[in-house]
Amino acid sequence: MEYAIEAEGLSKSYGNHQALKDLTMSVPTGSILGLLGPNGCGKTTTVRCLTTLLKPDSGRARIAGLDVVEQPKEVRRRIGLAGQYAAVDERLTGLENLRLIGTLYHLGRKTVHSRVDDLLERFDLTEAAHRQVKTYSGGMRRRLDLAASLLADPAVVFLDEPTTGLDLPNRIAMWELVREQAAKGATVLLTTQYLEEADQLADRIVVLAKGEVIAEGTPDELKASVGGERLEVTVEDASRAEAVAKALTDWGVGTATVGEGGRRVSVPVDAGMEAVASAVAALKGEGSRITDFSLRKPTLDDVFLSLTGHDAGAPDAASDPGTEES
Amino acid sequence: MSEFVSDGWALIGRHLRHIARVPQKLLSVTIMPVAFVLAFGYVLGSAMEVPGVEYREYFMAGVFTQVMVAGMTSTGVGVCEDLGNGLMDRFRSLPMSRSAVLIGRTVSDLLLSAIACVVMSVVGFAIGWRIHTGFWSALGGFALLLLLGFVAIWGGALLGLALRNAEAVSSLGFVIVMPFMFLSSAFVPLNGLPHWLREVAKWNPLSAVTDSCRELWGNETTAAGTGFPAEHPGTVALVVLVAMFLIIVPMAVRSFGKATAR
Repeated sequence: MEYAIEAEGLSKSYGNHQALKDLTMSVPTGSILGLLGPNGCGKTTTVRCLTTLLKPDSGRARIAGLDVVEQPKEVRRRIGLAGQYAAVDERLTGLENLRLIGTLYHLGRKTVHSRVDDLLERFDLTEAAHRQVKTYSGGMRRRLDLAASLLADPAVVFLDEPTTGLDLPNRIAMWELVREQAAKGATVLLTTQYLEEADQLADRIVVLAKGEVIAEGTPDELKASVGGERLEVTVEDASRAEAVAKALTDWGVGTATVGEGGRRVSVPVDAGMEAVASAVAALKGEGSRITDFSLRKPTLDDVFLSLTGHDAGAPDAASDPGTEES
Repeated sequence: MSEFVSDGWALIGRHLRHIARVPQKLLSVTIMPVAFVLAFGYVLGSAMEVPGVEYREYFMAGVFTQVMVAGMTSTGVGVCEDLGNGLMDRFRSLPMSRSAVLIGRTVSDLLLSAIACVVMSVVGFAIGWRIHTGFWSALGGFALLLLLGFVAIWGGALLGLALRNAEAVSSLGFVIVMPFMFLSSAFVPLNGLPHWLREVAKWNPLSAVTDSCRELWGNETTAAGTGFPAEHPGTVALVVLVAMFLIIVPMAVRSFGKATAR
């Protein structure tokens, strides 16, 4: 298999703080990799090393077969970077921003002009093209930022938290644009704090914690490791919780557990709607008063909990289904 | 090389658009210099007596010098702002010439200094300042001022890259400029200073630049004294400024690489 991004034993420290520890990963050409982790886990440091902005203390990295330390300029010709904040010039118009970046990619005047017009059109910015960016909304800025990163039609695109701070419609629009780019054959590395985002977009996910890779796999593999969706039922009377848990388990919904606090009963529901229907039937038969009934998707917290075994403040780490046979 | 020129040109274009779109930038190179000319011309000028010298003829070269040096702070602050947003990372991820980023800023700031020179000349003319020499001589004076301005601008860029904090740049910039300004012949003749201080002030590049301008413009000067700097202010000014330029520019380019690699 051909790899667009290869990192071998990348490490980087800032003073005493080790931001990256021996990071090794590879991304097949044409795929989308989601780099998932909480703030400060080393996602941005990884991106900065891979995009030649930061020199790793040790280790090697190659982008499209080119070494990031030895051939930085060649690497830069082949990558596009969209950072955490929209890195565009507020005082310039959208059109001017893109033309400036295109010129600095040395694409040639004609190519720049036609590419810029295409991207403005595709990113729904044609109408706003002649307005200063300071008048743009957050979503428009991010779209412009993404457009700028795609100007040179890069083989590898790095998107550092491209949707942080965006509302749902804008987030979905961004997802669509990222997918389109991958469909055109580009390799995309995307960092995110949201499991759902990685799930939606990525072919593979690498989970980082404290600068180390703690898990790697397809979204389905990762979610399976934390047990998929959970049904959470809160009973009015804490003394009834055990009985409700037993009823749910007996009805074959899954192995139900009572969380700390004693009123919340939690059960994995891998079987989808059928499991929810059985749960409703089980609860009806049991007859306790239920104050809350909800389906919850596994969150990044759940992944972390099950992967690191650390108690991240969640009450029922021990009863997490990822660590049980069910 | 051609990449360096086209990158630099593209980034100069970026800053020129800023000048056109941010009114404060234009105000800072028009209102402030005008205020200086008027303050020195009317307020100080009425109280100052420099024996044998018409003060309005005398002080203009000093005001020009001061405004050129003041360019240092605004460049430093601008560099800090650039470092603060993600735009620097984007530029550094592009296959472009690194120093073009600094060239873009410094050259466009030099243009602001040039605009300030034009504005001050007009106001100076209105209150009675004249150039008594020929065209080339007059131009030589302005060229020397712009060289001083360019050195100050690069110094400001270096300061901004080293400190990375706009407030620190403004206050430290002030601390650096003040002694140079007052220990020079920009506004007062050096004759009154104690002997040792006079020697220091004579070699101050700002004294050299101001006195050269007075000479080149045929304005009255008090530099006529003894010693090499007083007799050859133009030579001293050129040598010192070129030397400073050759030291500051590589330092700034180097700290640009470092400052943005965090």
